[in-house]
Amino acid sequence: MAPSDKISTNNPPLLEVKNLRVEFPTRRGTLLAVDDVSFDIAPGEVLGVVGESGAGKSLTGNAIIGLLEPPGRIAGGEIRLEGRRIDNLPYEEMRKIRGARIGAIFQDPLTSLNPLYSVGRQLVETIQTHLPLSAAAARTRALDLLKEVGIPGAESRIDHYPHQFSGGMRQRVVIALALCAGPRLIVADEPTTALDVSIQAQIIALLKRLCREHGTAVMLVTHDMGVIAETADRVAVMYAGRIAEIGPVRDVVKHAKHPYTKGLMGSIPSLGVRTERLTQIDGAMPRLTEIPTGCAFNPRCTERGQRCMVERPDLMVAGTSRAACWLHDRGGVGAPVLKETVDA
Amino acid sequence: MAKDSPASGWLHRAADSDVWWSFKSSPMTVGAATVTFLIVAIAFLSPVLAPHTPFDPATLSLTDGLKPPAMLSADGDWTFPLGTDDQGRDILSSIMYGTRLSLVVGFASVVVAMALGITLGLVSGYIGGAVDALIMRIADVQLTFPAILVALLIDGIVRGIISVKRHDEIAIYVIVGAIGLSFWVQYARTVRGSVLVEKNKEYVQAARVIGLSPLLIMVRHVLPNVTGPVLVIATINLGLAIITEATLSFLGVGLPSTEPSLGTLIRLGNEVLQSGDWWITVFPGITLAALVLAVNLLGDWLRDALNPKLR
Amino acid sequence: MLAFILRRILQSIAVLLAVGVVAFSLFRYVGDPINAMVGQDTTMEERAELRTKLGLNDPAPIQFLNFIGNAMQGKFGLSYRTSEPVGRLILERVPATLELSLCAAIFALFVGVPMGVYTGLYPRHWSSRLFQAVSLIGISLPTFLIGILLILVFAVWLRLLPSFGRGETVQIGWWTTNFLTWSGLKALILPSITLGLFQLTLLMRLVRSEMLEVMRTEYIKFARARGLTNRAIYFGHALKNTLVPVITVTGLQLGALIAFAIVTETVFAWPGVGQLFIQSVQFSDIPVMAAYLLLIGLLFVLINLTVDLLYFVVDPRLRSQGGAARVAGH
Repeated sequence: MAPSDKISTNNPPLLEVKNLRVEFPTRRGTLLAVDDVSFDIAPGEVLGVVGESGAGKSLTGNAIIGLLEPPGRIAGGEIRLEGRRIDNLPYEEMRKIRGARIGAIFQDPLTSLNPLYSVGRQLVETIQTHLPLSAAAARTRALDLLKEVGIPGAESRIDHYPHQFSGGMRQRVVIALALCAGPRLIVADEPTTALDVSIQAQIIALLKRLCREHGTAVMLVTHDMGVIAETADRVAVMYAGRIAEIGPVRDVVKHAKHPYTKGLMGSIPSLGVRTERLTQIDGAMPRLTEIPTGCAFNPRCTERGQRCMVERPDLMVAGTSRAACWLHDRGGVGAPVLKETVDA
Repeated sequence: MAKDSPASGWLHRAADSDVWWSFKSSPMTVGAATVTFLIVAIAFLSPVLAPHTPFDPATLSLTDGLKPPAMLSADGDWTFPLGTDDQGRDILSSIMYGTRLSLVVGFASVVVAMALGITLGLVSGYIGGAVDALIMRIADVQLTFPAILVALLIDGIVRGIISVKRHDEIAIYVIVGAIGLSFWVQYARTVRGSVLVEKNKEYVQAARVIGLSPLLIMVRHVLPNVTGPVLVIATINLGLAIITEATLSFLGVGLPSTEPSLGTLIRLGNEVLQSGDWWITVFPGITLAALVLAVNLLGDWLRDALNPKLR
Repeated sequence: MLAFILRRILQSIAVLLAVGVVAFSLFRYVGDPINAMVGQDTTMEERAELRTKLGLNDPAPIQFLNFIGNAMQGKFGLSYRTSEPVGRLILERVPATLELSLCAAIFALFVGVPMGVYTGLYPRHWSSRLFQAVSLIGISLPTFLIGILLILVFAVWLRLLPSFGRGETVQIGWWTTNFLTWSGLKALILPSITLGLFQLTLLMRLVRSEMLEVMRTEYIKFARARGLTNRAIYFGHALKNTLVPVITVTGLQLGALIAFAIVTETVFAWPGVGQLFIQSVQFSDIPVMAAYLLLIGLLFVLINLTVDLLYFVVDPRLRSQGGAARVAGH
């Protein structure tokens, strides 16, 4: 079921994130929550971003839609949408892009909708903010969207209030809201986490279908590798604010290159494969205050060498993927190579 | 909190926890505590500190009447630093004595409200059923009306029952009772809630089994648990009680002018305000405002410090 | 929903009955209706006869029903102090109190809510901090002191505004109004500010904390993600979600306004019901107190009912659930 790998090198990317850094000033110093993250998303492509909580994946999403919660801020790098730089836009300029060019879906459909307004009103309001439509035309569009996301009886449901919908139905409404103005990119932050397992698959299938039909690209942030394997074209694995590995989803799942990814994949139970026991990664992701020098994963890594303790690995080509690991340094085994620099 | 035996309660926590730290780290709170302490100390030492005894007619002379504050006016007299009223009474001394009275009434009515509220809350929660329903309905109805109105009404009823002359003698008790009766509801609700929680706990059942009075056990366990919240309510109520007393006295249904509190002083000053003799009103007013503000700040701080959830 | 409203109405009637019992006990047992009606030289026999005639020997429940029946027709007996019918005494003074309370409420709402919104949206701005500090002082200052200070500054020192009375009023039917004369309007300013200031600070602080709370919610973040304008987010989404607690407090405070009108009316010699009540407390004029109590009780109950109904208008969750619980923050 894995989607075919679209190689998007000949198209200009829809979204370019280059050396993005997000920091949080705190009393005890500034925390780097997203550290030198770079990736592209091609038009119509689904990029999965996976990682443990605190890995910086949601912050990356928030940075792209320009809604980092203060005191968090973008400290470096750039974000380009269709070639236009958007990370340093004034609030009002960015507001016009949000909802129109970039849609967003949040984790909890229960709290994403304003309880005091009917879903129709919230749809119409969003449509009219971005498209020059009359109230009647906006309502027609709202109705079409509700039908499209599979709300049964949309004609009567449009005037219902959020509390009258089930969780899954509400997330469908949220998706409709994200699609209101026909965005080129949707940033979906854990869109299924708050839902029942049986509903999750429906929502994922819906999201996938809609984006294919509309040619919308998706940045799908989740900690659920299963969801990614099902949906994404490519996947970025994040660890401690950095990208550990990025590549076509099938390759990353089947032939993980980074020791962290390997551990992550080993910890997923899969049907039909008899496994003695699931592997687990010892230890926990470091706090942002205590990220070790060198590779952030080194304290937990079973394959670490000396170089990993001192020098931070950039993303290196490893087959069809790229991994931030010295194992994939062009020389092969990276550990002993830099021995002489240790004392420097 | 679960690990502490309930009896060691909040006091224990307060001593080694961050209550003291949160006090020290808030300059506003330290300021408020200092102001409160100063006002209370000066008020209770007024027989020693006050330059005059303003309500002893023998020491008064009408020739001293309506002197402006010495520090602000050349017409002033340094024996009367804040000036005098139309009877020649020293404003500074009047304020000191008046503050003492305001504080006494404030504290006493908080104590009355607390005692009444805790008792009714215990009874209500412990007995339950119709008694509980009755007490809580009375509480609901009373809460519908502002405390000042309830106090006024009680005051008016007492005036209806006893003669006006006797009323002046017992005015202070009437006021304390009236204010106390109008502030009991919050305590009762807090204590009742805590009783309802404790009532079904095993130690109460166990006490019953070994023949101890469960009521006694509960009083011992419930009261320490509610000390924190009750203290917070009491501090906030102290400010309200002082304002209520001052308001009643200002309205002329509180303490009589022979025994003036801050509110009475402001009323007396207000009567001559039109002629521009502002100091008779303004200085007691400032004292009252400073006292209430300081007490309110302390109450706010205490609420935040003892109840981290609300922070 | 209907069941909820019905229950609230029944509760209101119960509260009114309780207030009625208190008023009746006051009227019947604290005061002596006979003393008020006869002179010193009336004999015991005449008194006893009058007692029977007035039904004062009937069983208490019958007397209570009579009392309530009379009250509904506005008959509260004669004032001990002025010997005038209490109903008329009160009715004459109702317009003064209502106009004053109305102006104070408008002042509190139209200044307090915007200030609360502003300080909630920009909590770190220096002016917000200033408003916060001033509001703390406003909450600690007793109403009468505010009134006196305003009189001192604007009436005694600056001589800009009158310090007592209603000024010239215009009679419309039985209603006397301040709104139609210049002096009447001027006379309203200081008392309205005095009466409304406490409510203003309360509302401001409430709206501020509610705004801060709402602005942190997911649906506001999602509204931003939808690219809505700040205007739509602040006033369409955030403010409306603060409305339920604001309505609750405004309702309760409307009652408090009328109670505190007693104080303001005394400070400004405003010829309203509150002033009448104070005089009746001073003279233990029981019939007036009983009537005032009933009137206030009725008013409070009506206000509370209105507040409950407004919840349904504001909050769709209540409309469809048949809502038992209020959604208010407490």
